[in-house]
Amino acid sequence: MGIKENEVRNLIKITDLSVEEIDELIGIANDIIADPEAYIDICHGKIMATLFFEPSTRTRLSFTSAMMSLGGQVLGFSEAASSSAAKGESVSDTVRTVGAYSDIIAMRHPKEGAPLIASERTTVPIINAGDGGHFHPTQTLTDLLTISEVKGHLGDMTIGLCGDLCFGRTVHSLIEAMMRYENVRFVLISPRELRIPKYMRELMDSNGAEWKEVERMEDVMSELDILYMTRVQRERFFNEEDYVRLKDSYILDMDKLADAKEDLAILHPLPRVNEIAVEVDDDPRAKYFDQVLYGRYIRMALILRLLGIK
Amino acid sequence: MNVDGVSTGIVLDHIQAGKSMEIYKLLKLDELDCSVAIIQNAVSTKYGRKDIIKIDERIELDMDVLGYVDPNITINLVKDGKLELKTHLELPETLTNVLECKNPRCITSVEQGAKQRFYLADKEKKIYRCAYCDVEHENK
Repeated sequence: MGIKENEVRNLIKITDLSVEEIDELIGIANDIIADPEAYIDICHGKIMATLFFEPSTRTRLSFTSAMMSLGGQVLGFSEAASSSAAKGESVSDTVRTVGAYSDIIAMRHPKEGAPLIASERTTVPIINAGDGGHFHPTQTLTDLLTISEVKGHLGDMTIGLCGDLCFGRTVHSLIEAMMRYENVRFVLISPRELRIPKYMRELMDSNGAEWKEVERMEDVMSELDILYMTRVQRERFFNEEDYVRLKDSYILDMDKLADAKEDLAILHPLPRVNEIAVEVDDDPRAKYFDQVLYGRYIRMALILRLLGIK
Repeated sequence: MNVDGVSTGIVLDHIQAGKSMEIYKLLKLDELDCSVAIIQNAVSTKYGRKDIIKIDERIELDMDVLGYVDPNITINLVKDGKLELKTHLELPETLTNVLECKNPRCITSVEQGAKQRFYLADKEKKIYRCAYCDVEHENK
């Protein structure tokens, strides 16, 4: 399913891409960042369909912005209610139809595996823009480009992942992707209830990854090169007492950054609720709004690659 | 007990004792016109006890089904009373329409005409995962 010559080009999950293919995408994104004017008309005459069977304004706008920045056009729907899915049409029939109207499809669907089914039914490239709690590979590409830009490389670093590590798919994908680079150490910061699932521990162990688990970010802050924050949701806790006891440990503020490295980079897939205090936004180490911009650039690179233009 | 040998057909040997009826049903042997003999709980020097199925015709076998149910089965193809080919099975890398995904969040639970595809995730533990949602298939 990876991006290879002479085959239908889809992106369903991040591990569809080899490390070399990710490097190529990052290279294209860097070229775009350096000279966006050179790309302004490169997709002229191409159409992207954004099929969002469940709402996600942020991701949909990022894809739309990416395609428009390349001179292409965009059509689609932003929720199942405004598509034929509301009438009971299958994913297969929808993509067969939309495949006739477009050159590339970005698709979000609440059911796991829907983009894979779609990719089996059309010759138009499919990008998985999120399938339930399963995969969201363009978020991971966004994270990788951000890390690459702010650090200058993707290996030799300690990454702290903080918050809901049990249900957070962005965390799992990022670990899977970063595990493939040299000398990456993971520090998993979460309450006991929201620790990383067993299969992820097994995956890290079988890949020889170095990792440890802690409950308080203050205890490890000085070790981190990257701090990837996610939201801890109240409803995930089994009892109120634990939530009250632990919730402040997972809110990043300037006090907790006291021991942090000068060149720490703070990332967050967004949307943020209260897990990063607003005061942190002005700190140069806060990179989560830069991350949004990198998300647009890496999607531009991905579109170009999948369309065979770059 | 005496069961005639097969002159031209197939002998499925070394079936785990007790599994022959499951294979009989999965391969839809009840729909054949030819003779089919099921020998249950036969003495095996290799496994202690085993089942054997003798089919009096050369039919197309679904190797994926056989390999999944019991990878230790030996398939003997017989022609004119002589053993023509002996094949050993192994766990298939993929299974199509053999298992069913039970994950209600999986697209295959709602998509009409979707194939049930699984891949072998762990050979040692015989773990298959759905190709669409990656959820592990649980036996029973």
